[in-house]
Amino acid sequence: MKEFTYTITDPVGIHARPAGLLVKEAKQFNSTATIIKGDKSAKATSLMKLMGMGVKQGDAVTVQVEGDDEEACAAAIEKFLKENM
Amino acid sequence: MKVVTGTKIVNGIAIGKIRIYRAPCYDIDDSLVEDTGAEVARFEQARGRVQDQQHVLYERALQSAGEDSAAIFEAHELMLDDEDLIDACKEIMLKQRHTAEYAVQEGFDNAAQMFRDMDDPYFQARSADVIDLRNAMLDVLLGNDTDSMQGTEPSILVAEDLAPSETVKLDKSLLLGLITREGSSNSHTAILARSMNLPTLIQCKDIADDWDGKFAILDGYNSCVYIEPTQDLIDSLTARRNKDLGKEALLQQLKGASNTTIDGKTIKVFANIGGPADVGEVQTNDAEGVGLFRSEFVYLNSKTDPSEDAQFDAYKRVLETLAPKQVIIRTCDIGADKTIDYMKLDKEENPALGYRAIRICLTRRDFFKRQLRALLRASAYGNLGIMFPMIISVREVRECKDILAECRHELESEGVRMGRIEVGIMIETPAAALCADELAEEVDFFSLGTNDLTQYTCAIDRQNAKLEPFSDTHHPAVLRLIRMTIEAGHRHNTWVGICGELGADKSLTETFLRMGVDELSVNPKSVLPLRKIIRSLDLSKPIGQALVQEQ
Repeated sequence: MKEFTYTITDPVGIHARPAGLLVKEAKQFNSTATIIKGDKSAKATSLMKLMGMGVKQGDAVTVQVEGDDEEACAAAIEKFLKENM
Repeated sequence: MKVVTGTKIVNGIAIGKIRIYRAPCYDIDDSLVEDTGAEVARFEQARGRVQDQQHVLYERALQSAGEDSAAIFEAHELMLDDEDLIDACKEIMLKQRHTAEYAVQEGFDNAAQMFRDMDDPYFQARSADVIDLRNAMLDVLLGNDTDSMQGTEPSILVAEDLAPSETVKLDKSLLLGLITREGSSNSHTAILARSMNLPTLIQCKDIADDWDGKFAILDGYNSCVYIEPTQDLIDSLTARRNKDLGKEALLQQLKGASNTTIDGKTIKVFANIGGPADVGEVQTNDAEGVGLFRSEFVYLNSKTDPSEDAQFDAYKRVLETLAPKQVIIRTCDIGADKTIDYMKLDKEENPALGYRAIRICLTRRDFFKRQLRALLRASAYGNLGIMFPMIISVREVRECKDILAECRHELESEGVRMGRIEVGIMIETPAAALCADELAEEVDFFSLGTNDLTQYTCAIDRQNAKLEPFSDTHHPAVLRLIRMTIEAGHRHNTWVGICGELGADKSLTETFLRMGVDELSVNPKSVLPLRKIIRSLDLSKPIGQALVQEQ
């Protein structure tokens, strides 16, 4: 399993459009990516749940990736977060 | 006559008949079905149709309101692909044996409720998106005709609330203005109304059904609507409306035109702004760039000394949005009448002549370097100019440039990408104007700050109303200093602009052009009126009678 943390810099947090694009990104991989904030978590392929976590600017989220292509998937998600959120 | 108030989204006036827009009513039957597979198939078919619709709406919003407003429809398409939402609906059809309509209503309402229960206003507003999608699904499933609800004559539309897709679907040629009982200024309807520049009032609680067909005036300036207004009001607001139309016509006529006199002299007309929020004004008034971006907002809007990253974000946003237009950012101009607690500045006897602007920056190096590093990092994202305020000597300019070079080296060694920048100074002290030749050798441009230049030249405190009878905004000494500065600049290939209030003084435009000024930077609203004047001038003709001269 791969794991990293990322602090959201987008002023609105994980909002609709980038969250939607993150879902698209995550669906390209076989691995399951989970976004965790405190006691809440959502699969990176689950748009409504991701938005429902209410992640705001300055929140640190943990990303856990598990599966046969976890290396590539984690790298892609980290890159996506840095560029978009 | 009846007056009802609300919250305005867009200034401007709409005059015409009211049309009440009634959202379709959904009467969903909770009976059970035998063929659950058929319901799932209907659901999937409707989902496909609605996704296609959202895509069409995306394209349409992109045309009428731009990428930012259109993005929500892209998000809608993605929401319709949400696995949890689809699974929840399917479970209602397959396990509870309900119809597709019932499943959509239950499934989507639950998702909307989740958003409604969140703390953040942005996420709360997303419940409207889910309801919007629910209605689109139900319209398809029930075969509702949603195109005929606007009537056939242009009118002011009154609704409980409008979903983003409803707003985009509206036929603009039949739409004079928009009034809703609900809605927030964060809603997409508000955003779309803004980008379409449609007079709009939200949170208008006293909407009544009997308004339908009545004559009304929506007055965005005063955040209210007049139902069956008096003749006096009709006359005065019609005049105001015509004035607005005249301004819009001026904009249409002058948008994209160059600031060129009849005899072929072209200058730049830039805008002055105070923060990222003013960028829209720069664009709608078609300014060619920003001649003065007061960076004070980053200090004033913060409770503590703002970090390099926070500053970088703000500068980057402005540069990126306006690229390739030039944006000239003035470094921190705190002190004098602008004080900030965390800066811990001493109280002074004579603050206008005191410890302010560049004097603070040159003695608090770390503070200054944070801003310069943020600016240099942001320079990679657009066309940046950096301008130092309150300069009186060549020594100060060299020191500023040295510190800037130091920051550049640091960032280079950190591998940070940077762009090319122009470096300039404000000419706002008589000392700088009188030393303009020497100063011009150091910089790419000068920008005349006429407010301070006038105050320091005439020894008149600009905040003191008692001095009004003694003040002369066209004082010959100030005009002579301006001329000297322009001439000195040009001797050294340094371009010269004016960013003080005199720049927008239409009675001086010809004078400045004859002096050879290269740029005028004014409040965004003055950009197009100034362009109009410049285009009417002919500098090859003898000097006009009314021309303000130095002697």
